[in-house]
Amino acid sequence: MIRPFGLDEALFIVFAIQWTLALSAIAFAGGAVGGLIIALLRVSQARLPRYLALGYVRLFQGTPLLMQLFLVYFGLNIFGAGINPWLAASLALTLHASAFLGEIWRGCIQAVPSGQSEASWALGLGYVDRMKSVVLPQAAKIAVAPTVGFLVQLIKGTSLASIIGFVELTRAGQIINNATFVPFKVFGLVAILYFVICWPLSLLARWMERRFAVATQR
Amino acid sequence: MSNTSPDGRSGAAAGTPAVEMEGVEKYYGTFHALKHIDLTVARGEKIVVCGPSGSGKSTLIRCVNQLEAVQKGRIVVDGIELTAGPKNVEQVRRDVGMVFQQFNLFPHMTVLQNCTLAPMKVRGVDRSEAEKTARKFLERVRIPEQAEKYPAQLSGGQQQRVAIARALCMNPKIMLFDEPTSALDPEMVSEVLDTMIDLAREGMTMMVVTHEMGFARQVADRVIFMDRGEIVEIAEPNAFFSNPQHERTRTFLGQITGH
Ligand SMILES: Nc1ncnc2c1ncn2[C@@H]1O[C@H](COP(=O)(O)OP(=O)(O)OP(=O)(O)O)[C@@H](O)[C@H]1O
Ligand SMILES: [Mg+2]
Repeated sequence: MIRPFGLDEALFIVFAIQWTLALSAIAFAGGAVGGLIIALLRVSQARLPRYLALGYVRLFQGTPLLMQLFLVYFGLNIFGAGINPWLAASLALTLHASAFLGEIWRGCIQAVPSGQSEASWALGLGYVDRMKSVVLPQAAKIAVAPTVGFLVQLIKGTSLASIIGFVELTRAGQIINNATFVPFKVFGLVAILYFVICWPLSLLARWMERRFAVATQR
Repeated sequence: MSNTSPDGRSGAAAGTPAVEMEGVEKYYGTFHALKHIDLTVARGEKIVVCGPSGSGKSTLIRCVNQLEAVQKGRIVVDGIELTAGPKNVEQVRRDVGMVFQQFNLFPHMTVLQNCTLAPMKVRGVDRSEAEKTARKFLERVRIPEQAEKYPAQLSGGQQQRVAIARALCMNPKIMLFDEPTSALDPEMVSEVLDTMIDLAREGMTMMVVTHEMGFARQVADRVIFMDRGEIVEIAEPNAFFSNPQHERTRTFLGQITGH
């Protein structure tokens, strides 16, 4: 039975934004923690942690996000966690974001001149104080723009979670489309909603990049 | 602050030299950067290190606070053997101040914060006391009015004086200077040298890599000439400049006084 595409249907899709945002927020928060760890391992003096982190990054950069979602989704099932789209999507996207943020932030940490670490060592600062007070604050300034840029990618990436049955924006569109059969209208609306979230973030990222470029010219 | 290291070694015994290097060999990969360095620096002594570019001057003084690790030999700083383990390295770094050619101030912190960070984090001094000490040393390097500014707002000469004050705030026993005036515009060189001369007068032990031969004549107890990773000649400034023993020293002095 075909339903018309009315206000209720449209609102169903609009309200699904919250799940897209929730999933993005979880993945970003988890990815921030994981990414910081990966970045620190990648710039470590010791070889083993550096290579382990590099292997992790290469693995996640070299495989499609969809495969990562599948592997976590079915993997959790095999290891007895059952079929749980929320858990699977959160975990897979967190692992994914950790790899990418880790690599972005590694670059930012390495962009801080080595003289800053040398001065810290010469003053007797230990690892934690050197990172916390000297290196990371300077790396963070450089990191803001590319991090926001990645966040946009991540938000769009959450649409893949629809495939494992996670009801977010894209999945809500599919559900409505299956009932109304007006795919152009439905997915047009879905696309517009993604755009409304991502466009301002892109602008923000570009603005911050420009501001940083000006700040470093001085 | 106590200067007894965790394993009970005490550094302060008056008889021990400030720095002792014995048979030190340093390689960068296969490149032999320091060749069998033997050097003893007495407490309160001022050493000037000169030599052509790439001769190992920076490497030599960076070994004293272990910014460079050595492959062979012994380095003892203030009675603490650096080459004996990481705990000792930490201990030594607290008591050895360093001033770099490029200043290396922390750009995201004010001058005052630059000066208080290490005393607070490393020595556990509380903020108000750290700030008091910082202002005292900023006064000494004659820029007390710049305390709230950021490094980028200062001239090169001012930045380098902040760097000196920052190091002094840790109350170091030895100060290392790696070409502290080479990155400065000519008109700012003397303000930094004057600060260093003051410091020398107060009895600080100093190892200074510099090509400022006027400074060497005025301040140095001994001048070291290095070439290709070796200490070629060590002499008191008068003898060093008027009667260099080594051909390579003569060539070098001819070059730097030639223009
Ligand atoms: N990190 C490094 N890796 C490899 N080689 C290095 C490194 N640092 C220094 N060297 C080499 O070691 C030699 C000595 O370097 P050093 O910086 O001590 O010379 P210097 O006397 O301070 O020279 P300058 O007057 O140019 O500062 C040079 O040939 C340099 O190329
Ligand atoms: Mg040098």
